[in-house]
Amino acid sequence: MKFLSDKAVDRLRQNVNVPDLSGTRYQLLERVARGGMGVVYAALDEMLDRRVALKVLDVPVADGDLARRLNREARVLARLEHPGIVPVHDVGTLSDGRVFYAMKFVEGQRLDKHIETVTSLPDRLRLFLRICDAVAFAHARGVLHRDLKPANVMVGAFGEVLVMDWGLAKILREQSAAVPEEDPEATILHAPKLIDGPADAAQATQITGQGTVLGTPGYMSPEQASGDIARLDERSDIYSLGALLRFLFTPPATANSNLRWRQDKALEAICAKATENEPANRYASVSDLSADLSRYLDGLPVSAQKESLLDKALRFYRRYTVPILLIAAYLIVRTLILLFFHR
Amino acid sequence: MNKILLGVLLGTVLGAVDGLSAWFTPAVRAQIVGIVVGSTIKGLIAGVAIGFFARKVQSLALGILFGLAVGFVLAFIVAQMQHGYYFEIILPGSIVGIIVGYATQRYGQAPAAPATTR
Repeated sequence: MKFLSDKAVDRLRQNVNVPDLSGTRYQLLERVARGGMGVVYAALDEMLDRRVALKVLDVPVADGDLARRLNREARVLARLEHPGIVPVHDVGTLSDGRVFYAMKFVEGQRLDKHIETVTSLPDRLRLFLRICDAVAFAHARGVLHRDLKPANVMVGAFGEVLVMDWGLAKILREQSAAVPEEDPEATILHAPKLIDGPADAAQATQITGQGTVLGTPGYMSPEQASGDIARLDERSDIYSLGALLRFLFTPPATANSNLRWRQDKALEAICAKATENEPANRYASVSDLSADLSRYLDGLPVSAQKESLLDKALRFYRRYTVPILLIAAYLIVRTLILLFFHR
Repeated sequence: MNKILLGVLLGTVLGAVDGLSAWFTPAVRAQIVGIVVGSTIKGLIAGVAIGFFARKVQSLALGILFGLAVGFVLAFIVAQMQHGYYFEIILPGSIVGIIVGYATQRYGQAPAAPATTR
């Protein structure tokens, strides 16, 4: 009896998992990454002659729970047309029964890799503000991401920021077709409105799995970690954004000296408020969080921190360092002239 | 505030303050009015020149350099008229030029770009 080598078994296993794209407009190019529900491949859209990313479900069951989840993810993405959210182009079922959807192929780096090259704290915070824009837009469309973390944010070759992997997204409210479209530029967030009624609740349970903990430790809000899906609202994503913000301004232990920023109380306070255990104590909306961070970047007081007189003086000095130093230089020169030249 | 107006205001105020500092020198205290008026006019001229430059050239480094140059040249002319005190007049005058150059570039508002039509 002849045994196959491990290498051959691996190759066979990979070939079995390779999706059969016959009958579709796509030609498989390469495997890109693995997600929670399936694998993402790079493919060529032969009709439009462009690269797309195909997310293909692992299991060949077109009507199973995972298939429904993948279809739902595609529908969630389809309703979120925003420059900061990866657009979905197509959804369908392969000949082997696996569900897939096609989305924009993003050429870039994951946020956690990208920030290794971003040494300026304000630049990192500006990246974060763009993530906030995308999440605020999703919230305005009634969608929670529920898995915001550095690995789910891509930064493109031209600096574009894209929030990815909406597989755990939760729909807070359905948008009626009769309701006029909101202005995409207006960051208006409605008060959290959870799914009501037994029918909706049953559907939500079926899709998201009541009591099931979905998310990433360290970025998940306490209410999400407890599996209490019914309690989740925009403030759960705000918790994840707070953790993401802390990740962005905390240099890794191995970082070089360029990445050693001063410990900033205001920034710490913003993070602390966003990651409060009690949702009621967090920012009420993503736009409140980004407004506070913008104030920080402009050298203005932030709502999350009560400043002492010394804090105010330090902030004033940081904001006007150059003029203060120039005026001090002038006064010193004048004093020296008076003392030594008597003029 | 637009860059020219900011340059004029800042140049005038700093020029006047610079002139007033002569009060601490008893030897020239009698001519304080003339010194303040002259210093104010010098600041005003420097402010106008630096403000115009800031409007044309959007560069913090060049703005500071230009401010330094204008402050230096005007202070040099004043020192020449005084027949002395070069160091005492030129050094503070140059720093005032730097301050105005920095402020006009950093805090002055650039003119709005004209709307284009296709």
